[in-house]
Amino acid sequence: MLTLQTILDHIELKVLTDPVDFSEIEIHTGYTSDLLSCVMTGAQAECIWITLIANINVVAVASLLEIPAVIITENAQPDAATIARANQEGIVLLSTPVGSYQIVGRLWELGIKDTDPNK
Amino acid sequence: MSDQATLSDNDAGMITRVEELGYELKISQVMTTNVVTFSPDMTMLEALNLMQHHRISGAPVIMNGEVVGIISTEDLIRALRDGRIDRKVSDYMSKNLITAKATDKVVEALRIFAKKNVGRLPILDENNKLVGLLTKGDITNGLLTALQRDYQAEEVIRYRASHLFEDIESDRTSLILRYRIIKDDFLHGGAASNNIKRALLRLGADRQVARRCGIAAYEAEMNLIIHTNNGGFLRVEIEPHKITMEAYDDGPGIDDVEKALTPGFSTASEEVRNKGFGAGMGLVNIRSCVDEMTIKTSKESGTNLYMTIYLDKPKN
Repeated sequence: MLTLQTILDHIELKVLTDPVDFSEIEIHTGYTSDLLSCVMTGAQAECIWITLIANINVVAVASLLEIPAVIITENAQPDAATIARANQEGIVLLSTPVGSYQIVGRLWELGIKDTDPNK
Repeated sequence: MSDQATLSDNDAGMITRVEELGYELKISQVMTTNVVTFSPDMTMLEALNLMQHHRISGAPVIMNGEVVGIISTEDLIRALRDGRIDRKVSDYMSKNLITAKATDKVVEALRIFAKKNVGRLPILDENNKLVGLLTKGDITNGLLTALQRDYQAEEVIRYRASHLFEDIESDRTSLILRYRIIKDDFLHGGAASNNIKRALLRLGADRQVARRCGIAAYEAEMNLIIHTNNGGFLRVEIEPHKITMEAYDDGPGIDDVEKALTPGFSTASEEVRNKGFGAGMGLVNIRSCVDEMTIKTSKESGTNLYMTIYLDKPKN
């Protein structure tokens, strides 16, 4: 387990939503997919989700699955309504110019490997 | 708040409510009312004995019903140091009076404590008569009591919600939630399923059950948004032992149900796929989340999707 603060300390990510206490947010595992239905099946609660999708449905899915943070890759830009909804739902949206593959690699190196669904 | 700087991040979440309470609570609600008072003609030794007896560290000094000063242990120490414990209270009391009104909000008192170096505030009514005494400890106690009251009120609401079914007697009790789902309304996609999940948690459902219902409802909701002519409805019936969800619309119906149930098969448009939908997993996901799934579909009357989750048998 890592806190979101630790992730932000090691990987350069732009925080798109309102700043909160990132050291309070625990990240237990990760998931990456750009198909919402796959995320629905595959993503665990308290995971960080890496995706290219930047629309409001990302927030709906994250909220439903209790995903605390989403990294939007390749500079895809969510609109103001999406960011506002994320703030409302307490979901942190992060942005990076690099691709999902690289981000996943960096997270893995940091130690976010645990994908045991029973945890 | 004077102590705010010493609060840790863990407490930060509480600050808002405590601050709110500072503005809600009146000083009269948290002050001590049985105030021990001294007269200016007493000796410091008498004051010392009274303070020891009442286990207090300070008291207002009253003359003709008016507060004229305040005595604290610090004043007693000064008198002892001078070897003049037989002198009058009026010689050693602090006359620089800082008081507050009983009708003021607690936040006012907090401001005074933060600015002035005082341990206690005499509290006056509108006629400037002493009605109480306030210390920082009184404020802490008052705030904690108020928070406890808040917490208990919330507990009662939670308890009532989660015991809803036990409280009502009938041959068959159920709670029905209905949501209208609008065609192409991607902006609100997931709102109904999120509300369903929250309602279930509120009613005391197991987290896993709420999650499974949420996922199934989300897929059904998105199907109504993406694939129907005119949107449709989500209807959730909650009973003590099962949850039944129904998604229904008035068309166009599913051409080939067998195909629709094949993982990866999708009829979604390129535009919808670009939004992240159309993985061809919707019905597949639903089937894996619920205990029973039935589809009735026709070109004429549209599609009815029935989903049942039993609460007494956990599914992995």
